[in-house]
Amino acid sequence: MKSARRIAGSLLPPVLVLIGAAVAMDIAARMLQEPFMLPRPQAVLRVMVDRRAELASSLWTTAEAALIGFFASAVAGAAVAMALAASPLARRAFYPYTVFFQTVPIVAIAPLLVIWCGPGIPAVALSAFIVSVFPVIANTLSGLLSTDPALEDLFRLYAASRWSRLWKLKLPSALPNIFTGLRVAGGLAVIGAVVGEFLVGLFGPGEGLGVRIVSAKKTGHTDEVFAAVLIASLLGLALFAAINLAAKLLLRHWHASEQT
Amino acid sequence: MRVQHLHKVFDANLVAIEDLTVEIHPGEFVAILGPSGCGKSTLLRIIAQLDQPTSGSVELAEGKIAYVFQDAHLLPWRNVLRNVALPLELMGVPRAERLAAATESLRQVGLADAIKRYPAQLSGGMKMRVSLARALVTQPKLLLLDEPFAALDEITRQKLDEQLRELWLRHRMTVVFVTHSTAEATFLADRAVVLSSRPARVVEDLAIDLPAKREAPLRSEAAFAAMTRLIYGALERGGA
Repeated sequence: MKSARRIAGSLLPPVLVLIGAAVAMDIAARMLQEPFMLPRPQAVLRVMVDRRAELASSLWTTAEAALIGFFASAVAGAAVAMALAASPLARRAFYPYTVFFQTVPIVAIAPLLVIWCGPGIPAVALSAFIVSVFPVIANTLSGLLSTDPALEDLFRLYAASRWSRLWKLKLPSALPNIFTGLRVAGGLAVIGAVVGEFLVGLFGPGEGLGVRIVSAKKTGHTDEVFAAVLIASLLGLALFAAINLAAKLLLRHWHASEQT
Repeated sequence: MRVQHLHKVFDANLVAIEDLTVEIHPGEFVAILGPSGCGKSTLLRIIAQLDQPTSGSVELAEGKIAYVFQDAHLLPWRNVLRNVALPLELMGVPRAERLAAATESLRQVGLADAIKRYPAQLSGGMKMRVSLARALVTQPKLLLLDEPFAALDEITRQKLDEQLRELWLRHRMTVVFVTHSTAEATFLADRAVVLSSRPARVVEDLAIDLPAKREAPLRSEAAFAAMTRLIYGALERGGA
């Protein structure tokens, strides 16, 4: 009973905001009388129902690329951070170049992605990876470098191996930071996938959400553009929620941010 | 254990320890006192070989060393039992054996029923007892404690002092206990080594002549008060 009330209490405000936004959109669309500029929310909903098969297949295409990019970022980002954490020299030599991933305009290197991978999911996944890897590297590295010095002493006192220090001390200590990086990377991977599809996606059956946005815009179906944008946001939200759930399960015993 | 002509100079010519010599016999309970920031912790870290002296030497008898820090410093992602088993795990002791040893060690500090709990669920005093159990789990020959109970409230601290003294009576390992409390040193130790303010030198080396078995009422006895005054006098002479 109490928990039902709590869930209602945390769900109600965002739902009210959503309804409010839909009402505002509806009022604006009625006043504007220009569905090409701004469709009514009912029209967007109708497209989502009528074209659910095509939208679903677009969602899977984009989700596949975003997830490949995200997992590649998680694995490669953590591995790079571990290598950098192991040696100050490696840090000085390579860290400045990891910032490249943060600053490179994906638009500018899109042609390269096509040259390397050809158009399609691999190029889109690579775009999602490039956009999302830096937060994983930066946060994991900062976590690995901020281990409690007394605990490092303790491990030294018992002559712990390098492997034990990493696996039993540094990595678990860094978990909260790693999850901070992954949360940011999850959202960025979806953005990277959609933007990647604008640039290097394949048109035709099974086209991704980004491609669908471009083609719906060309044919003047603004309601479908809205539908695809909405679905892309929901994809990002779902990934974020999944990462949060994983963090909650892994950190529930010990980290203040996960204790409620 | 013998510390001879120890010097420790940090960067910027900060001399922490100057020509310090002290000998500690096996099975002794020694308190090291001194003004804050005098280099007590540095001395302890050098004995534990966590720091290198600038010159001088530390000779240690054979046997394992354990170290208890100012705060409990437990691994928050491990439950109490696995925290206590950690030193044995790092030393490669098989799982069943180390969990049995950890259970026994926790029983000795009175935490046998808390083994499944996580550090976040424990009070400050309980965390410190877990930390103590973790130090004892390897059955060390030399136990080094760096103001371990300083952050606790007075009552908890006295209880832990009593427990530590009892544990020492049972195991008779060598204990070096750094503190800035004259009462704590008097209650716990058989010998008080008083250091001067920086750079640390030995001002006085006092035998604490009180009964081996010590219980709470001892704290209100005249001999106890006289001993704390003696240590206090030595601290003042050292520039505290």
